[in-house]
Amino acid sequence: MSNHLLEVDNLHIEFRTRDGVAKVINGVSYHLDPGETLAVLGESGSGKSVTAQAIMGILDMPPGVITNGEIRYEGRNLLTMPEEERRRLRGKEIAMIFQDALSALNPVYSVGFQISETLRRNEGVAKDVAMKRAVELMDLVKIPAAKDRLKNYPHEFSGGMRQRVMIAMSLAQNPKVLIADEPTTALDVTVQAQIMDLLAELRRELDMGLILITHDLGVVADVADRIAVMYAGRIVEHADVHSIYAKPAHPYTQGLLDSIPRLDSKGHELSTIKGLPPNLLRPPSGCAFHPRCPMAQQVCQEKVPPSLNLGGGRTSACLFAEEILHG
Amino acid sequence: MAEPILQVSNLVKHFPITRGILFQSQVGSVKAVDGVSFELNKGETLGIVGESGCGKSTLAKLIMQLERPTSGSVTFKGQQIFGQSGGELRRTRRNIQMVMQDPYTSLNPRMTVGDIIGEPYEIHPEVAPKGDRQRRVQELLELVGLNPEHINRYPHQFSGGQRQRIGIARALALRPEVIVCDEPVSALDVSIQAQVINLLGRLQKEMGLSYVFIAHDLSVVRHISDRVGVMYLGKMVEIGTEQEIYERPTHPYTQALLSAVPVADPTARANREIIRLEGDVPSPANPPSGCRFRTRCWKAQDICATEEPALIDRSADAHPSACHFAELRHVVA
Ligand SMILES: Nc1ncnc2c1ncn2[C@@H]1O[C@H](COP(=O)(O)OP(=O)(O)OP(=O)(O)O)[C@@H](O)[C@H]1O
Ligand SMILES: Nc1ncnc2c1ncn2[C@@H]1O[C@H](COP(=O)(O)OP(=O)(O)OP(=O)(O)O)[C@@H](O)[C@H]1O
Ligand code: SF4
Ligand code: SF4
Ligand SMILES: [Mg+2]
Ligand SMILES: [Mg+2]
Repeated sequence: MSNHLLEVDNLHIEFRTRDGVAKVINGVSYHLDPGETLAVLGESGSGKSVTAQAIMGILDMPPGVITNGEIRYEGRNLLTMPEEERRRLRGKEIAMIFQDALSALNPVYSVGFQISETLRRNEGVAKDVAMKRAVELMDLVKIPAAKDRLKNYPHEFSGGMRQRVMIAMSLAQNPKVLIADEPTTALDVTVQAQIMDLLAELRRELDMGLILITHDLGVVADVADRIAVMYAGRIVEHADVHSIYAKPAHPYTQGLLDSIPRLDSKGHELSTIKGLPPNLLRPPSGCAFHPRCPMAQQVCQEKVPPSLNLGGGRTSACLFAEEILHG
Repeated sequence: MAEPILQVSNLVKHFPITRGILFQSQVGSVKAVDGVSFELNKGETLGIVGESGCGKSTLAKLIMQLERPTSGSVTFKGQQIFGQSGGELRRTRRNIQMVMQDPYTSLNPRMTVGDIIGEPYEIHPEVAPKGDRQRRVQELLELVGLNPEHINRYPHQFSGGQRQRIGIARALALRPEVIVCDEPVSALDVSIQAQVINLLGRLQKEMGLSYVFIAHDLSVVRHISDRVGVMYLGKMVEIGTEQEIYERPTHPYTQALLSAVPVADPTARANREIIRLEGDVPSPANPPSGCRFRTRCWKAQDICATEEPALIDRSADAHPSACHFAELRHVVA
């Protein structure tokens, strides 16, 4: 068995709701090593957040049910570990930041109080020590005049500053893995650049592994080492960032890359991925992408494509991956 | 040159800030839009970009007459639109339509798609007589790439991209000449976003529409726009053709904005030079004196605090830029 820092292995999750059973995660596998950035890319509803919630142990259960698979942290399966032990890992070893920093912070407490409370709760340090650490952390995430801003409430911070506060709180216990779920989607590009800089710097300094969940192909190209592309609850392609942008090995990835307008040229009509995302209550047979795939053949409706190893750490879950890559 | 279809001159919108509950007194104002001018020509798309809170939506609402201006004017085909009434006002309203950002909340969930798209005919019955409406709505559905048989469905039965098409169909119902799009694709996934962008482009060609296209995604704006205006804190700071703005920007804010956009090309990573802005956008209730960008500008001099730079052609490049020290800087690879 390999020894990655974090390893999601053949994860299956379904949501059992009144409307039926939605098979939302259908065999997701990915891994993370210290100090690297893995981008998880995919359209809305593809299962990016649900996978992250499963890693963090904050999945809505019920209606969510993990029906198969393992999530290993330093070789140990998080899913079978006693809840108390798992709680200890959460925040201390694996931490998460969310898209919407305003709703993740409590509006009635000052920012300094919230950061220091996290420290006191988790590390049991005294109040004054916790406050001092809070200032250090706010400095670390480059909140200007941190000391004077301890008493400010979340609404007194801008969106970018609130995201910094969230990052400060998630770093309070020096986690080894940070999961950032769309950390800049709600922010302006200039602020996004600041936050991505900050995350990259912290990752380097603290030798953290970073899982960056996003649907922004620009951000991914800018910061990721490796990419996992999700579609309908599966990783349809996985590769290092340079290979994937140079030549995708899955029609869905190809479609995504072709459909974005570019900043550096005017371009003509955009190519599109036809059709709609799948209904996970009634997923298509065979390859879930077949109703939208320009290369689909009869066999695609019958056979679920296995994740094909293309060498050099690349995989593609397309029956014609070899042809796409070498043809 | 032909007369512009829409002319916005010195448009101002200040929202009062009040204190007190029983006896309200005004203690200040949010200068959301503060002297914006531009022209929109027939058949063209003017993109408007700028960060959150710079006044883009307020500008759109002013043009749509959903907000009353503090001062300034907007003319449609040479006619001042503010203060119009009766038949004149109805004609203007018919000719300028809007598509909103959020496909999830901008449609009434209790109305069928047919009723939503046909609603403008209730207000403007002269456009389509009652017996003709169903057919017209079905034509519109087809025009935007939706199944005409779905006329009796409700919004929740459609995906985000499909709902945005419904919003576009509704905006087209009265055969307007100008459509103001406020972040029409921001809430959509890239694959769906491309479908809607292409649709807007196709409709423009077929119907000779003119668009004001507001978005914060600079790549999308470049793709769709003929000309682009850049806003900062209620002001237009630079305006020009798509090429002038993207390839020859002269305002430091435009340059910083463009440089911060991540490009979908990992090989560009090493050579990309991001201009990093310090601090946050100041409050529009209390904007800096002189040039509003000066608190974050790396080139600011004394004059920037005392003298407001006019939006005029600068020697650096022949397009309007509101900077005392406008100079060319190539930022998009
Ligand atoms: N608590 C829940 N109950 C039922 N279904 C859920 C729940 N949470 C998520 N889902 C479903 O699981 C699927 C995957 O959702 P997930 O949030 O992981 O998507 P995502 O890839 O993060 O999308 P986005 O880009 O919109 O954030 C969706 O179809 C969603 O509707
Ligand atoms: N009705 C209102 N009353 C008071 N202030 C308002 C009102 N509407 C908007 N504002 C303020 O005016 C400024 C401009 O807002 P506007 O919505 O036009 O910005 P925007 O450029 O569309 O931003 P975004 O990109 O976030 O949509 C903001 O500071 C906003 O808070
Ligand atoms: S398996 Fe078939 S349908 Fe699926 S991505 Fe490959 S070619 Fe397309
Ligand atoms: S006028 Fe001065 S502060 Fe404003 S953008 Fe130009 S150099 Fe910067
Ligand atoms: Mg998500
Ligand atoms: Mg807006």
